[in-house]
Amino acid sequence: MIWNRPMETMARKELQALQLQRLKALVERVYHNVPAYREKMQAAGLTPRDVQSLEDLRRLPFTVKQDLRDHYPYGLFAAPMREIVRVHASSGTTGNPIVVGYTRRDLDTWSEVTARTLACAGADADAVVQVSYGYGLFTGGLGIHYGAEKIGATVVPMSGGNTQRQIKLMQDFGATILACTPSYALYLAEAIQEMKIPREKLRLKAGIFGAEPWTEEMRRELEYRLQIMAIDIYGLSEVIGPGVASECPVKNGLHIFEDHFIPEIIDPETEQPLPYGEKGELVFTTITKEGFPVIRYRTRDISVLHAEPCPCGRTHVRMEKVSGRSDDMIIIRGVNVFPSQVESVLLKLGLTEPHYVLVVDRVGSLDTLEVWVEVSDKLFSDEVRNLEKIERTIQRELESLLGLTARVRLVEPKSIERSEGKAKRVIDRRKKQ
Amino acid sequence: MKVQQISVFLENKSGRLAMLTKVLAQEKINIRALSIADTTDFGILRLIVDQPDAAYLMLKRAGFTVSETAVIAVEIPDHPGGLAEILDILAGAEINIEYCYALPQKSNDKALVVFRVERLDEAIRVLLEKGVGVLKEDSVYGI
Repeated sequence: MIWNRPMETMARKELQALQLQRLKALVERVYHNVPAYREKMQAAGLTPRDVQSLEDLRRLPFTVKQDLRDHYPYGLFAAPMREIVRVHASSGTTGNPIVVGYTRRDLDTWSEVTARTLACAGADADAVVQVSYGYGLFTGGLGIHYGAEKIGATVVPMSGGNTQRQIKLMQDFGATILACTPSYALYLAEAIQEMKIPREKLRLKAGIFGAEPWTEEMRRELEYRLQIMAIDIYGLSEVIGPGVASECPVKNGLHIFEDHFIPEIIDPETEQPLPYGEKGELVFTTITKEGFPVIRYRTRDISVLHAEPCPCGRTHVRMEKVSGRSDDMIIIRGVNVFPSQVESVLLKLGLTEPHYVLVVDRVGSLDTLEVWVEVSDKLFSDEVRNLEKIERTIQRELESLLGLTARVRLVEPKSIERSEGKAKRVIDRRKKQ
Repeated sequence: MKVQQISVFLENKSGRLAMLTKVLAQEKINIRALSIADTTDFGILRLIVDQPDAAYLMLKRAGFTVSETAVIAVEIPDHPGGLAEILDILAGAEINIEYCYALPQKSNDKALVVFRVERLDEAIRVLLEKGVGVLKEDSVYGI
């Protein structure tokens, strides 16, 4: 199902013409309305007239998270406050929160792209969408909410948490689409299993899962446990919130809604743009936003772009599932490790519940990595050697994938903190020192 | 002849064993014998109790990873070489012992040992053939 066929299946040439026209307008807008952007452009010796082609985008300076913090709260807004009808913000646990603002038209744009996302998962006016992303300052809940309303679906605005109630209402209200983080979906699946609710009691058809990187193995797990189609969705508040990109049922990458966002992939070290097909950091320029546009925003998310046509008919480029974050990446003895790599090993072995945490520490001058994995009933054996064998198997697989030795530690079920939002996968004890 | 043993996964952290025994106490389940096999990170607690099925359910409900394993309880003559005789019989039948531990015996002069062996049925058969006392499960639960 394609929500906006003219836009989503537009010939690339036309799409590029539209992007250029919108990009030029954006550059004019920020140059004149946002002193910080103007100063950066002037420092780079650029005026809006220098942007004459899509390639010229590469000449514009990057925007990084620190810029957003430095201009807290409203310094990067490109519309007067009387036109701003909504603000959202990050939790600000690591400094000033990131504040983003939306004009009325921005909210329309946002609803449009989340409607496309929901349509990707098969939602239409008959759908019952249970929104279990957090509501409030976090963009997840309200973002999906407005998209679902735009489609004409029935929205159940659950927000996160209160798992028993989530499951009761999921049955009673006949939710067909579940929207939440993949880790919370897994938690819900476990609870459904424990409550021994037969699958016939649920009408769920699909889940749109985002806000944290997840793996193919996790998809298989969720699809198997919940008997649904699990779709990866992508977005971040700095760009708009959910709705930046979404998988279609082909599940071969997430279509970036390019009539609103221009993606680039750069080498995070050299900051040079990389061609399609190469892995690097995702960078976005919002070309239709009025309240809080960003130019070449560095997301820290690691992905690859593909431009080949998709069998679904959409012409927008696809980004591969985010494989990690350049700032989530932990460096252990010089080796880059992403939590998602550990997850894929565990799920591939099929040995354990996919609940795990990476514990990084420093002993003397040496970094150590421990992977704590919950023991499931399935793998429990009353013989020590069997459990030790499992530890060794996981260790060996991790070693061959990561090229470093991790100590695997089996822990009791439910002893790793469950998350109702984004899962915490890394405990880095080195930072205290 | 097969005795149900309860096996529990325990992380090596303080209070877990205390918590577990409390659950059993609340359910008025009596422990007949216990043994812990431990490694640096975790231990496996093995229990013989008077109501194995109830214990299994209660511990599971309390969030422990539990399994039931069939073992045998064997009477050993209480004199030097007593255990060796039994082990000799099993060795003769080429039956490996996964682990074993002693069970207290209240009233008679024989020692009791719990064995987890491979080929359980065959082990029972050879022991009985040699006249070794393999206890019936009810008598073990009721010790």
